[in-house]
Amino acid sequence: MIRIDSIHKTFYKGTVNENHVIKNLSLTVNKGDFITVIGSNGAGKTTLLNLISGNLFPDEGHIFIEDLDVTKVPEYKRARYIGRIFQNPLMGTAGNMTLEDNMVICHKKGFKPLKISLNASLRETFQEKLKILGMGLENRLKDNVGLLSGGQRQALTLLMMVLSQPSLVLLDEHTAALDPKNASLVLDLTNKFVREFGLTTMMITHNMHHAISYGNRLLMMDDGEIILDVIGEEKSRLTVDKLVAKFHEIKKRDFESDEVRLAE
Amino acid sequence: MIEGIFVEGLVYGMMVLGVFITFRILDFPDLTVDGSFPLGAAIFASMATSGFPVLFAVFVSFLGGVLCGAITALIHNKLKVPSLLAGILTMTMLYSVNIRVLGNKANLPLLGTETSLTRVVDFAQRIFGTGISESWIILVFFILLTAGIKIILDLFFHTDVGLTLGALGSNEQMVVSQGVNPEILKMTGVGLSNGIVALSGAFAAQYQGFADVSLGQGIVITGLASVMIGEFIIHSNRIELLTLRVILGSLVFKGIMYLGRYYGYYINLTPNDLKLITGLMIILSLFLTKWQKAQRTERNI
Repeated sequence: MIRIDSIHKTFYKGTVNENHVIKNLSLTVNKGDFITVIGSNGAGKTTLLNLISGNLFPDEGHIFIEDLDVTKVPEYKRARYIGRIFQNPLMGTAGNMTLEDNMVICHKKGFKPLKISLNASLRETFQEKLKILGMGLENRLKDNVGLLSGGQRQALTLLMMVLSQPSLVLLDEHTAALDPKNASLVLDLTNKFVREFGLTTMMITHNMHHAISYGNRLLMMDDGEIILDVIGEEKSRLTVDKLVAKFHEIKKRDFESDEVRLAE
Repeated sequence: MIEGIFVEGLVYGMMVLGVFITFRILDFPDLTVDGSFPLGAAIFASMATSGFPVLFAVFVSFLGGVLCGAITALIHNKLKVPSLLAGILTMTMLYSVNIRVLGNKANLPLLGTETSLTRVVDFAQRIFGTGISESWIILVFFILLTAGIKIILDLFFHTDVGLTLGALGSNEQMVVSQGVNPEILKMTGVGLSNGIVALSGAFAAQYQGFADVSLGQGIVITGLASVMIGEFIIHSNRIELLTLRVILGSLVFKGIMYLGRYYGYYINLTPNDLKLITGLMIILSLFLTKWQKAQRTERNI
């Protein structure tokens, strides 16, 4: 489905701040994979997602989506196949527009025609879909999205992303900015949608428990490399302690990010 | 006299709609307007005096404006310069272009030339008789024209591309995530805005009876002041009301300017002070908006 072939990315090349963030990274994502990505700050998780989505281009190496070389394809073109959700709940929706207008923009990816799509039947479809969220948003179609809470906005972004039927879903710590109750709500919805629609997904998380309990595959990144790739049966037997021990075994140092251990 | 204020408010109201699109919807502060407004006037005047059909001249004026906006957006997109600088560049270049368009002159009178206004007046007087006053016919014409443009814009902002344009200003990442090229969208939006501004310029020339290169001086500020005044009149998130308040803002602004021009001498104001007053009005609006916001948050706490 997605094949990443020995990519490199260096920021501020040739300056004192030179930072080799992705080092010779290769990865194959299979159709239907639900991958959780974990790693300490600066490991290169977000950069990897930026490279896949086309927000950044690699210095070396190639990226293929469905056997198509997209290494140099701009972000907006790749976005037709990729659904991405950011940590910041404000990034997925336009706050100064109504809920229904936001949904019109997102209900079909790509070229926007010069025609008015919003009508009674589309509105009904939206309401039906919003009911899935169980947040009462189906009665607030005319409200500005800016009036919704962070959790509601992120859930809405998730729903709109799912409705556009992307081939690949990239989630960049999309619950990290929410309060615990909303975070688990959005995470449950994510899990539900990924299963129901069989979405191929990569989810970055800072929470080891989430990384272990969700998905069928776990990647651990450190210093620009994937140091651990656990799939299927083996993944379901993982525990936080085993994971930390594994890290220690590979890197010969302690897993330093307290944040990762404490985030429970 | 009162109908004069209304007509001016409506003619400039079209221009304010253009400024509203860039400043408020696209969040792309665009100074091209200072050049595209006189460009519209210049294109119309030179075409009309050369004997081209009036409607065709108006249409070419609109296209000229669209082109200016697209150039500004192109400079901004490709050279990655701030929109303000891109706009100033286009506007500065347009000053020379406008003089060329006017035939190497700074001013081109439309006396004796057929314009849309002379035609409308003829038409109306043929139907309703010559007893009907010319200025009222012109007022009705501009009410219909401005309302028509407002309604077309309202419809446009309900289409898929219009809605996406609306999202661009508040969240560019969202637009990119939806698989839309933001650069082309920006060119569309800024082009549309300047097209309307040039259209407004073409009608301003017809109303005033001449085209002049200095017609555009301070147009952006006039537009911005009108947009801000409108924002005090109505609070809403519906595009129909947003465009309506833009036009109302323009009318109020012209009213205030009229008062300044005709009664200002009581307090020793001269017409030369009007620019200062416009600037002060914007500062006052900014201050009041900030104050209103502070009030609202205080109440919420």
